[in-house]
Amino acid sequence: MMGKVKIIAPGLFSTIQDEGRFGFAEYGVPFSGAMDQNSYYLANALLGNHQNDACIEWVFQPPVLQFDEPTIICVTGAATDCFLNSEKVLMNRQIRVNAMDMLTMKFCKNLKYGYVGIKHGFQSKSMLNSRSFFKEVTPKDILWKDDEINYTTVNTFTEQFSTVSSHSPFKDTNKLVVYKGPEFDNLNHKQRDLLFNSYFTISGAANRMAIQLEEVLPNSLPSMLTSPVLPGTVQLTPSGKFIVLMRDCQTTGGYPRILQLSKESINVIAQKRAQEKFRFRLSDDFEE
Amino acid sequence: MKYKLKYKRYSENAILIEWPSKIDENILQDLLFYKKIIENEGIKEIVEIITAYNSILIYYESTIENVYEAVSVLKSLYSNSFESKEIKSRLWEIPVCYSPTLAPDLKSFSKAKSLTVDEVISLHTAVIYKVYFLGFLPGFCYLGGLNDRLFLPRKSTPSLEVKKGSVAIGGNQTGIYPLDSPGGWHVIGKCPLNFFDANLDGPSHIIPNDNVQFMSISEKKYNDISAAVLNENYFPEPMCL
Repeated sequence: MMGKVKIIAPGLFSTIQDEGRFGFAEYGVPFSGAMDQNSYYLANALLGNHQNDACIEWVFQPPVLQFDEPTIICVTGAATDCFLNSEKVLMNRQIRVNAMDMLTMKFCKNLKYGYVGIKHGFQSKSMLNSRSFFKEVTPKDILWKDDEINYTTVNTFTEQFSTVSSHSPFKDTNKLVVYKGPEFDNLNHKQRDLLFNSYFTISGAANRMAIQLEEVLPNSLPSMLTSPVLPGTVQLTPSGKFIVLMRDCQTTGGYPRILQLSKESINVIAQKRAQEKFRFRLSDDFEE
Repeated sequence: MKYKLKYKRYSENAILIEWPSKIDENILQDLLFYKKIIENEGIKEIVEIITAYNSILIYYESTIENVYEAVSVLKSLYSNSFESKEIKSRLWEIPVCYSPTLAPDLKSFSKAKSLTVDEVISLHTAVIYKVYFLGFLPGFCYLGGLNDRLFLPRKSTPSLEVKKGSVAIGGNQTGIYPLDSPGGWHVIGKCPLNFFDANLDGPSHIIPNDNVQFMSISEKKYNDISAAVLNENYFPEPMCL
């Protein structure tokens, strides 16, 4: 049986995301997928879902959701005070929802991206093998007030489930692990020194496509032919700006690709707010 | 035709293969042939292959545990392949209305190039362009072959919204915006066709190695074709070369 969740208030740039859309890059279609995959996977894991089951992703301001049939949900990612109707409920564990219950979450206290998972995943329309919202690919590119999304109703509950006390604990999130990009070797020694011995700052220009950094690295790198890029690719523009490509990035780009963030570091930088500082740490994992 | 290729690990999940750095139809043929061989091999860990002018990026489902082995599998596919035959290619005749009412930059572009509007149209429609790859936006084709008399640097400040169907020139490139998008290219014409449809299995009719020629049409014809696109999802048939 199908239930519907109604968007009572949309929050800020709330979307549906899964692991992403693969196999269509030859048509110029981006990967998309959850910005912080750790939090996204955690929501599905705690629900016992498949890892590709779709979640709602929100930024800073979560949406208000009303569920018209019983189900189980889970909130992960950025820390937020959550209420089911007026009762406080906890993040990072299963939350049992009855028909017509309303989930309200406060503006987040840390990080940026949060996730609401649901048992068996949100059943929005799958386009090109993925439910991840993207303009002109899925019918919608953002959730609006009064939108409704289907889900599979849950009628049997167990009282046994896992929970995590705190997530993303044991790592130094001020150091982002990177690999050398294809054009790294065109940087001179001074530029390399600056790259690995300076702090960098997240700018206000950050979205699902890219995060720009505030610092500038003067350079005269040779221009290049447009080439493939991936989420996590760090481009250096002729004017010296750093652009860190994120999940909705184009499939190809024309700026020198000086670094590539590790998979883990993409999740970490996704959650950094404007003005946060970090350093790049070069991994030698790929060296011969 | 065998090139000396460079193999680089790009990320935990990806390997980049590079051809010599130039825009060249022979490289395109070789690169697409190699892509086809890799696809036909059915290596199940490979979930995506992105191509551009002179490189392909192979994306694996998860971290590549043994990159030397993965590269040597790829290398042997290349060296054991037969001489790459020219892949069959198609020609699309793409209708474009070069009218200042639909193309906001047509007049300023002509003026900047010291050409008449008619000269711009005849230079732009005389060439058969090669589709090298798709990128930038879903369904956006990178075309090779623009006449150098039409080269013009991109706008210093991009337009916030370039309309879907806009036919534009930026630097030494020309292309069609398949969707509304911000963009810095000069819009010199408008095409009524739909270049991206996520409801199709192949969401773009035009694919790498196809050829494109622009045909100048009147505003009336533009409106007729727009209606056919709207009513019956019209897209022209290609010619086989």
